Amino acid sequence: MVFDRSERPRLPRAIKILVAGGFGAGKTTMVGAVSETRPLRTEEILTDRSVGVDDLSSVEAKRTTTVAMDFGRITLNDEYVLYLFGTPGQERFWFVWDELAEGALGAVILADTRRLADCFPSVDYFERRGTPFVVAVNCFEGAPSYDLPEVRLALQLNPSIPIVMCDARKRDSSREVLITLVKHSARLRAEPVG
Amino acid sequence: MSATDGPTDEHWIDPEIIRPYVVTRGRTAPTRGRFDLISMALAIGPPPGPDAGLDPEHLSILRLCREPKSVAEIAAHLNLPAGTIRVLLGDLFDRELVSAQEPQSEVDMHDVKMYRAVLDGLRSL
Repeated sequence: MVFDRSERPRLPRAIKILVAGGFGAGKTTMVGAVSETRPLRTEEILTDRSVGVDDLSSVEAKRTTTVAMDFGRITLNDEYVLYLFGTPGQERFWFVWDELAEGALGAVILADTRRLADCFPSVDYFERRGTPFVVAVNCFEGAPSYDLPEVRLALQLNPSIPIVMCDARKRDSSREVLITLVKHSARLRAEPVG
Repeated sequence: MSATDGPTDEHWIDPEIIRPYVVTRGRTAPTRGRFDLISMALAIGPPPGPDAGLDPEHLSILRLCREPKSVAEIAAHLNLPAGTIRVLLGDLFDRELVSAQEPQSEVDMHDVKMYRAVLDGLRSL
């Protein structure tokens, strides 16, 4: 380990959970609802090589672009800090998702029943990668309400994957979604925890 | 500016793009370590004197890291890209001015103690 030093003071270890979903599904809202502070934003600068072939070709002088991620922090105890990261919404940033998903405890996929198809790419991505995830249906006012079995069917979700209703604006509701995810992840990767 | 907004300034010099490279003197990778987005850093040892050859950004990081902070948090507070913070943290690590803690890794995801800590922490929110 590069970082090991015997006289090192005790530092907490960071854990991350990703919050994914389509544009406007409430990712940053959920991050803000449960975090200690308002959501922060961090940016990575990408060169044209890392972005690959896409619309940058139309702006020849611009060789770089930035991808922004909103995130929040929850200090759990002296030993662990939990970070929640909203995933970048555009699919051309998949490689950023790879970095984010590496070592993640799991992911919450926020679904908006008005645009259910928007969360298909996230479901596909985490299924393929083997990252534990739960689907949280964000209940927007005025949105058509469906039963959870209907949403499960529409998303073709495996029966073992938890699906819950939530209000991403509310701390208690968002916290329950995270608890559902942590239990699910523990079941898959460790052993059930109460 | 966020990537989702798309480039708004097509002028060939974009200060937001130039500044990070000036701060790191053109370096794009830290000399040591990898510094994940959620690697934690903490300032250690006595504060460096003016002859330590540090830039204002280094000193800002040391001030922020009096309490443990992640690379992502430092980047957000200093309004610099995470890649730039990684380079500067590498400098500070080399001088033994910060200690760092790598995040919980994929292989550690079988640790029941970790899950209990997360559940307990979430329930006490």
